[in-house]
Amino acid sequence: MFRNQYDTDVTTWSPTGRLFQVEYAMEAVKQGSAAIGLRSRSHVVLACVNKAQSELSSHQRKIFKVDDHIGVAIAGLTADGRVLSRYMRSESINHSFTYESPLPVGRLVVHLADKAQVCTQRSWKRPYGVGLLVGGLDESGAHLYYNCPSGNYFEYQAFAIGSRSQAAKTYLERRFESFQESSREDLIKDAIMAIRETLQGETLKSSLCTVSVLGVDEPFHFLDQESIQKVIDTFEKVPEEEEDAGEGEAEPEAATGAAGTGEQGGSGDQDVAPMEI
Amino acid sequence: MTTLTVPIDNGDSVKIAEEESQRTLYPYVTGTSIVAIKYKDGVLMASDMGGSYGSTLRYKNIERVKAIGKHSLLGASGEISDFQEILRYLDELTLNDNMWDDGNSLGPKEIHNYLTRVMYNRRNKFNPLWNTLVLGGVKNGKSYLGMVSMIGVSFEDDHVATGFGNHLARPILRDEWHADLSFEDGVKLLEKCMRVLLYRDRSAINKLQIAKITEEGVTVSQPYSLKTFWEFSSFHNPTAGAEGSW
Repeated sequence: MFRNQYDTDVTTWSPTGRLFQVEYAMEAVKQGSAAIGLRSRSHVVLACVNKAQSELSSHQRKIFKVDDHIGVAIAGLTADGRVLSRYMRSESINHSFTYESPLPVGRLVVHLADKAQVCTQRSWKRPYGVGLLVGGLDESGAHLYYNCPSGNYFEYQAFAIGSRSQAAKTYLERRFESFQESSREDLIKDAIMAIRETLQGETLKSSLCTVSVLGVDEPFHFLDQESIQKVIDTFEKVPEEEEDAGEGEAEPEAATGAAGTGEQGGSGDQDVAPMEI
Repeated sequence: MTTLTVPIDNGDSVKIAEEESQRTLYPYVTGTSIVAIKYKDGVLMASDMGGSYGSTLRYKNIERVKAIGKHSLLGASGEISDFQEILRYLDELTLNDNMWDDGNSLGPKEIHNYLTRVMYNRRNKFNPLWNTLVLGGVKNGKSYLGMVSMIGVSFEDDHVATGFGNHLARPILRDEWHADLSFEDGVKLLEKCMRVLLYRDRSAINKLQIAKITEEGVTVSQPYSLKTFWEFSSFHNPTAGAEGSW
């Protein structure tokens, strides 16, 4: 789907009824590192992989607190993601100020989607190159939404976006039916296990992932490294020990101290632009 | 306020106020007190149906308490036309809220805060809506009762009163209100306050409505009048001992 005569402008339709610029923007989301969201009736967990440009740099922040009751995880052009997070914070705080009441997350994602749609219908704009997993609360409980660069939004029980997200999605598809009634702890564990799926063989350490939680009686906050490591320790076995873990699918991939499959995956993505994380 | 938009050098423009003949200076047709209390199942609000034109009791069929959305009741004293304007704002607000059709709805707390913002912003522009508003409601089993004045002072309480009610009804409510009043006791308490207001407030008329809001919804009673007794001994010769004063 590269190089054709209908993909220069976002306002040009192709003869088959496609807007290629919008589709290319959705490609940018796939290049970013993985972000995962899951929800139960009362809680939402957002988790992401910490990918750094090089060994010298720190990793970019991909999960943002929008309000006590809303958080967002992004994948794609982080600069676009930051701008949209700021917009979401602004909308949320304006609503709180006028009505002294939290903005229902379902209404926030509609505002966000409408904002994204505008960029698909102006010749002087480009679509946002970032996918957003928005988790939050409203009167009916906890919700998880995915906002696309196309201006579409969908509600999910669990979802994963970014590179190698298919592995996480496969894991989530097997288990999502139990999420609605899941306890908070199980939800967190499932999120971390889904993150592990995207790492494809590399040992899961708490430094490699960021996990955040919010719930009906729990404001949005990040889990600290210790708590994450504790959850990892319950299912990730030390390489020497070879037995089945509680979950069954947690078979240790051999003694992967120094991974034979190469490092984190940065070398494999030659055409990832430096600005995309 | 009519403004003139004048372009300036850098491509922006500034607004200059032309005349200020459209600012609110004083009220014309006014309603008198509102008295409201929380009770066991929700909130009760009482008002009379009078609209005074200065010292003339000009209009006698004005409804000063209205239902807002599913969960709230708004009562107003002060300028009637400003109250109607506020009802239009709230109409638009509740309409947009309903159009979301997403299971979320604006409760009494949200409407009270919205009104506080409106009143305070108008006051800052020296163009107030000349009302004292009482907002009561019930949502998810919790009762709410609050007040906003024309200068944007806003608070919540278990019982509120506006206008003359501040001076005449509040003391009665402070003594006799308690939590979990039954409906009958609540109405009796409000009628007691309204009767005192009827005797002593010259802009009160003997035609009142009591509105009730519970989890189920709003009911506004038919207008009725209170029995009055004018043969109290102190009414007979009111100026005894104070000749020449009112």
